[in-house]
Amino acid sequence: MLTLAHFITLGALLFCIALAGIFLNRKNVLILLMCIELMLLSVNMNFIAFSRFLDVLDGQVFVFFILTVAAAEAAIGLALLVVLFRNRRSISVEDISDLRG
Amino acid sequence: MTIAELQLALPEIFVLSMTCVVLLADLFISEERRGLTHTLAVITLAFAAILSLRLMMAPGEVVYAFSDTFVRDRFGDVLKVFCYLILIGVFVYAKHYLRQFGLFKGEFYTLSLFALLGTMVLISANSLLTVYLGLELLTLSSYALVALDRNSLQGSEAAMKYFVLGSMASGMLLFGMSLIFGATGSLALTDISAALSAGVGEEMLLAFGLVFMVLGIAFKFGAVPLHMWIPDVYHGAPLPITLFLSSVPKLAAVALAIRLLDNGMVALHGDWQGMLVVLAALSMILGNVVAIAQTNIKRMLAYSTIAHVGFILLGLLPATPEGYAAAMFYTIVYAIMSAGAFAVLILLSTSGAEAENLDDLKGLAKRNPWHALMMLMIMFSLAGIPVFVGFFAKWQVIAAALSAGLTWLSIIAVVTAVIGAFYYLRVVKLMYFDEPEDAEPVTAPVDFRAVLTVNGVAMLALGIFSGGLISLCVSSFV
Repeated sequence: MLTLAHFITLGALLFCIALAGIFLNRKNVLILLMCIELMLLSVNMNFIAFSRFLDVLDGQVFVFFILTVAAAEAAIGLALLVVLFRNRRSISVEDISDLRG
Repeated sequence: MTIAELQLALPEIFVLSMTCVVLLADLFISEERRGLTHTLAVITLAFAAILSLRLMMAPGEVVYAFSDTFVRDRFGDVLKVFCYLILIGVFVYAKHYLRQFGLFKGEFYTLSLFALLGTMVLISANSLLTVYLGLELLTLSSYALVALDRNSLQGSEAAMKYFVLGSMASGMLLFGMSLIFGATGSLALTDISAALSAGVGEEMLLAFGLVFMVLGIAFKFGAVPLHMWIPDVYHGAPLPITLFLSSVPKLAAVALAIRLLDNGMVALHGDWQGMLVVLAALSMILGNVVAIAQTNIKRMLAYSTIAHVGFILLGLLPATPEGYAAAMFYTIVYAIMSAGAFAVLILLSTSGAEAENLDDLKGLAKRNPWHALMMLMIMFSLAGIPVFVGFFAKWQVIAAALSAGLTWLSIIAVVTAVIGAFYYLRVVKLMYFDEPEDAEPVTAPVDFRAVLTVNGVAMLALGIFSGGLISLCVSSFV
């Protein structure tokens, strides 16, 4: 029988994978965008699990908003990626290092 | 949803409709008459200010609307009015720069107005959902604004860094929200507060939820150790965008902190106070010390922002109305001061080259004595020299920290403020005692000069008559 704890653990694991991906990845900005997406999805998992087990519908409504915002965020992220690529001809994380001090 | 409820959200509805009008109208306005977009945006802000002032004047207690997702209170109204006023200043300053650098496009105005709308929703939020939506509207618009100059290498790099780190912070805030929702079973901040004071909720969930939320708030403020984005974004973004980012979003951040930590989780005050103490101490120390080492003035002001954020956090520590009023007063004053400081940099930027380095300020007193005097007052105010308003702001937040029994933190605040005075006064020294590299007088359009004069004189006027603004802030929390 699956309990609330299982779902929360899965949510937390996904969140950790996303965070680790953002910090460890040195190659490709696209992978950063995927990690951000994964992070939002792990939050969705939490909200749905709580909503189901607490029997409060609010959490599921929140998920719809998160999905919508995630779509907008991906759109802006990819647009910035295109701008960055046009200026720099590279999307490697290591190359993004002009601003320092 | 009733008419009475809609009336409470009138400023938001008005700004939303007018932003759409600006967006559409700009399509039909030819390049030479782009000034119309600017005028329309300023008129929008002026009318929104009238609407908010009407709500502010109307006697009335706190009202909740739209199924408890929205709250109308005096704190929100006052903060919104200052958002409009500061944004009008930002628009006037920005126009001069955008014209010179070939960036005078409608996008700047629509994105800024959408960011303002996000700020307004955030300020009036009474639910985790509205907090999140307002915050995202603000930050998504800001990401796009940073990349306004599409051909700039630095701008696109700054935007990408801001985007990745900002989205990560939103993710953390959201994760915290989901845990708090799980612990209390509610999204409305008032219900969360009631549940927490009744002792509902599993300890573990609450602890994790609170930590993630405080991390999210710290990032939006730019408090150490989540400050890495501030210097890069301030440096890489075009000057008017830096000017914008250092003003209105700071007001949004203080609203975010007060809504979540006070309205929602004041029952956990003991837990979040400890975290804020660490953030405040680190921000004040690192911000002020690292700023000394900067030669790029945009980066210097970025580290100065981090230091000021530390001071703002001091006001939140005691969780008393006086403390919140002090934090709010500090934030408003800071937004006005930093707008003025960046405006002087815009004044010094001539077509093709931004004034970025401290050396660009050399001999400003000879090139334009009046505006050098304005910069002097702004720098004195940022440094917290008495009579100027920055001093009273620092005094208020340090008094708040003392009332929370944090004497050692107040001592750190005073010492770091003195260290910080060094780099502000260095700017004054450069302006008054160094020879200019190019002796040409600097000048700007009349509206720019008028707003800058008001901005500079306000440092002195608000300082001498600081009682008015302080009592306005205090009355917001009664």
